[in-house]
Amino acid sequence: MNEHNLICDVAVVGAGPAGLAAAAAAKKQGAGRVLVIERDALPGGILLQCIHPGFGLTYFKEELTGPEYAHRFVKAAKEAGVEFLTDATVLEIGDKHLRVLGPSCGLLDIQAGAIVLAMGCRERTRGNIRTPGTRPAGVYTAGAGQRLVNRQNLMIGKKIVILGSGDIGMIMARRLTLQGAKVEAVVELLPYLAGLTRNRVQCLDDFNIPLLLSHTVAEIRGHQRVEAVKIVQVDDKRQPVPGTERVIECDTLLLSVGLIPENELTRAAGIAIDKVTSGPSVNQYMQTSLPSVFACGNVVHVNDLVDNVSRESEQAGRSAALFAAGKLPETKEIACAPGTGIRYVVPQRIALDGTDADLTLYFRVTAPGGASELTAAQSGKVLTSRKVRRVSPGEMEHLNLKNSVLTEGNLTVSIAAEEGK
Amino acid sequence: MEKTIICTVCPQGCRITVAGEGSRIDSVTGFTCPRGKAYAEQEFICPMRILTGSVRTCGTTEPLLPVRSADRIPRDRIPECMKVLRTVTVKPPVKIHDTVIKNILGTGVDIVACSELE
Amino acid sequence: MEKTIKTDVLIIGAGAVGCAIARELSRYRLRVLVVDKNEDVGGDASKSNSAIIHTGYDAKPGTLESELVVAANPMYDKIAKELDVPFARIGGILPAFNEEQFSQLGALREKAFLNRVYDVDYLTASELLKIEPNLNPKVMGGLYIPRESIIDPFLLVVGYAENACQNGASFLLGTRVTAIHTRDGQVTGASTTGGEIEAKYIVNAAGLYCDEVAAMVGKADYCVNPRKGQFFILDRNTSCKVNHIVLPIPTKITKGKLMCPTIHGNMLVGPTAEDLEDKLDHSTTAEGLDSVARDVANLIPGVRLSDTITQYCGLRPNKVPEGVCVDVYDNLRNYVNISGVRSTGLTASASLGRHVVRKLMEIGLKAERNENYDPVRKGIRLLRDMDAAEKAAAAAKDPRYGRVICRCETVSEAEIIQAIHSPIPARSVDAVKRRLRAGMGRCQGGFCAPRIIGILSRELGVPESAIQKNQPGSYMVVGKSIDGEAK
Repeated sequence: MNEHNLICDVAVVGAGPAGLAAAAAAKKQGAGRVLVIERDALPGGILLQCIHPGFGLTYFKEELTGPEYAHRFVKAAKEAGVEFLTDATVLEIGDKHLRVLGPSCGLLDIQAGAIVLAMGCRERTRGNIRTPGTRPAGVYTAGAGQRLVNRQNLMIGKKIVILGSGDIGMIMARRLTLQGAKVEAVVELLPYLAGLTRNRVQCLDDFNIPLLLSHTVAEIRGHQRVEAVKIVQVDDKRQPVPGTERVIECDTLLLSVGLIPENELTRAAGIAIDKVTSGPSVNQYMQTSLPSVFACGNVVHVNDLVDNVSRESEQAGRSAALFAAGKLPETKEIACAPGTGIRYVVPQRIALDGTDADLTLYFRVTAPGGASELTAAQSGKVLTSRKVRRVSPGEMEHLNLKNSVLTEGNLTVSIAAEEGK
Repeated sequence: MEKTIICTVCPQGCRITVAGEGSRIDSVTGFTCPRGKAYAEQEFICPMRILTGSVRTCGTTEPLLPVRSADRIPRDRIPECMKVLRTVTVKPPVKIHDTVIKNILGTGVDIVACSELE
Repeated sequence: MEKTIKTDVLIIGAGAVGCAIARELSRYRLRVLVVDKNEDVGGDASKSNSAIIHTGYDAKPGTLESELVVAANPMYDKIAKELDVPFARIGGILPAFNEEQFSQLGALREKAFLNRVYDVDYLTASELLKIEPNLNPKVMGGLYIPRESIIDPFLLVVGYAENACQNGASFLLGTRVTAIHTRDGQVTGASTTGGEIEAKYIVNAAGLYCDEVAAMVGKADYCVNPRKGQFFILDRNTSCKVNHIVLPIPTKITKGKLMCPTIHGNMLVGPTAEDLEDKLDHSTTAEGLDSVARDVANLIPGVRLSDTITQYCGLRPNKVPEGVCVDVYDNLRNYVNISGVRSTGLTASASLGRHVVRKLMEIGLKAERNENYDPVRKGIRLLRDMDAAEKAAAAAKDPRYGRVICRCETVSEAEIIQAIHSPIPARSVDAVKRRLRAGMGRCQGGFCAPRIIGILSRELGVPESAIQKNQPGSYMVVGKSIDGEAK
């Protein structure tokens, strides 16, 4: 074991919105030295390339662009005394230890009272979804395309087809059109829009970009560069409908087919991962199965709104600071699990700390629905519930309750359709 | 003329039907709150959008500076505005919300910086 | 292009075989020139295969192929060491899952012996399940072939080529031979898209295209059809792995699909065997991939194809009539035709290289030994292979070793720059990828490709729009997104 080159109270991996909020909160909670390690040249994370508006509506009650949102949090972190180590990559983490490599800092072994993981996500690839065809240049995931266009000033193509109607795909449909490309279509496997309606209006309808629901890309064509894609309609079992094939000529296929929490560091440290979220299992303190390691933001579960990431990450930062100071309670934990109609719940564990602290359970439903009731129950007893008008897997839901109402036994979150509505 | 507008003020996405001609509104139906009504009326008469884009930089490692319109501008003027953005290059120092283009194309709206250049 | 290039030996094709021959020839004081239509070495089949170094246990006994493969296998320990190529003798197993297959084991072992592959043993079902727990529990018994091995196929070819270069050979890439010239029954040279070449000897090592090259001199008494093989690559973290090359027992209908580890820890599953007509058809198909999924589930029922990170296809050069041949002709002197190299080409390259050089000498090539010949080629020192102390030292000496560009495979900027400036320079995104694995990880270049485009552009001094994925025409970006021109 190398001698440590650097000692800090809280080390944060990633200076995106999650890491920034966690770091500032850790400092405000009283942590002495808080260090954020970021592999990009600048702090801000993915927000730096999200130059469109839509951020901060609930956190700041303003509509900001990604860079503006990042700027506020970077400023707040710096003013709170957070230190930044940019252009540096975390190679491994362990119990109160990180190994970092950077051109300026060299190889650094860092001893930290607590670690906060905030690495965000990577994108699902063409290879993951097994799209048949050739492997030409011009197949990009939406985030990589966004980085090229918005950060590196490089235009990815002239005639684009986008697979996936998630927000990233729709945002890029608008951005590429504004930058002079022709977006031929947004193709969506599901029978409904994956992202927010406001994005369909402002990114697709505004530009007359066709949205093809219940369709998928069946084949990529082109020898050296994409020349066309073959699209096909799918049935309710997501199987191709014969005879509906159509070829769209294009030079670029942009894939917006999902985000996957980037947990290689987490896995390598032996931390327990939730198979459904692909993120670490956490308790309400955002503490993983390794008590000195916390996690927040998209690395835990893919979020819709950065505003929620900021709040959740502040919790992680506060908890990490308390842990580093030896002040985070260590109590019995109960499991918090998804029940009927629920895909996953975060946190997956709740520490029964006997306080009156507010708990927020974040979860996603498995299928879209109309009027429903969301409940959290323990041993059959409903502890809290809420009625909603509509639900969708693409929109995170939440339930609030107090820690003090919990007893031993698993907590289950479920959804039930309202009768007769 | 009648237009059905999907409101984007809140996630509910009410379908609001506006009838009228040019800037004259005859009726608005389907809204469930006053913000929605106001949004639909504006969309009918003149859709307004925040413009976001980038301008080139020089003398700094990041090739682009993200910018936005300080306020909404008529949607129909956005393509021309994007052309104007292409002609601008900025140098450091730039502070957040510094004006990059004043009163773009006579809209009365400034284009401001969304990040900083050192 | 301009003036004529003069060479002693012209090798057409920079795949495994062509580069191996070049390396062997570079042991002599000769001018050696390798020409290939592709922008990088690696050929076609040599860069899209199952990365297996075969023992030759299942070759057709008594053939040249059998001789070459069986002879080559033992050479790789030394070659891998000399050329700094990852290689491992993980062994292969041939499990039998029903009576028909079980009854074939004896004949397969006998065939191995006829090929002089004697180290093939019977294993019982429980022995097999012990060494390969994820095997279909219906297994009845099988064969164990200890010297079946895996290698990094890209680095093997790059290793041959760089070592050849380092010892004086030249490579002309992105250059297609359009005609071969003869005079008085002897080859004299070739015309290419890059100019004229005068050559005393010409070797056809063009693999998939060896029939087209042979036709240039009227020696195409065979044709080469592409036989497509589609593969899956699975994430290193996939929970259902195998430890050996798990080989299917061939039936009358098909050679079958295998599953094996790659030298870098991924799982490889496939291939199909589909006869095509179009040598340019490098597409994967839903039907092909589905057939791989169905068949491999018989071997390894728990295989998780949902953990796939990519699929690819290779085209085996399927010569009709089949059979590896190294031919020389009385009425066409100084020309060596290599044909029929198919599924065992990667393996056979080591022995073929020497076999062809011997053939050249039989037909008159005279050459003195190159006393300066150095068989050792050092590859790029990889960050991911360094321990902590070495990483620290490397980053201190060259800070660009400290900047991780490909985080999935831990590849630094320093290595990428070295690849771009290496003896066979990597000038495209895929050339960088093959040498360093940057872009081969689970994010498939999502994170690193934008950065690699920038690094290539900077190091080569060309605009980003000139950077290709591989061949000309595979541009990555069309230009600046804002270039100052009102559009």
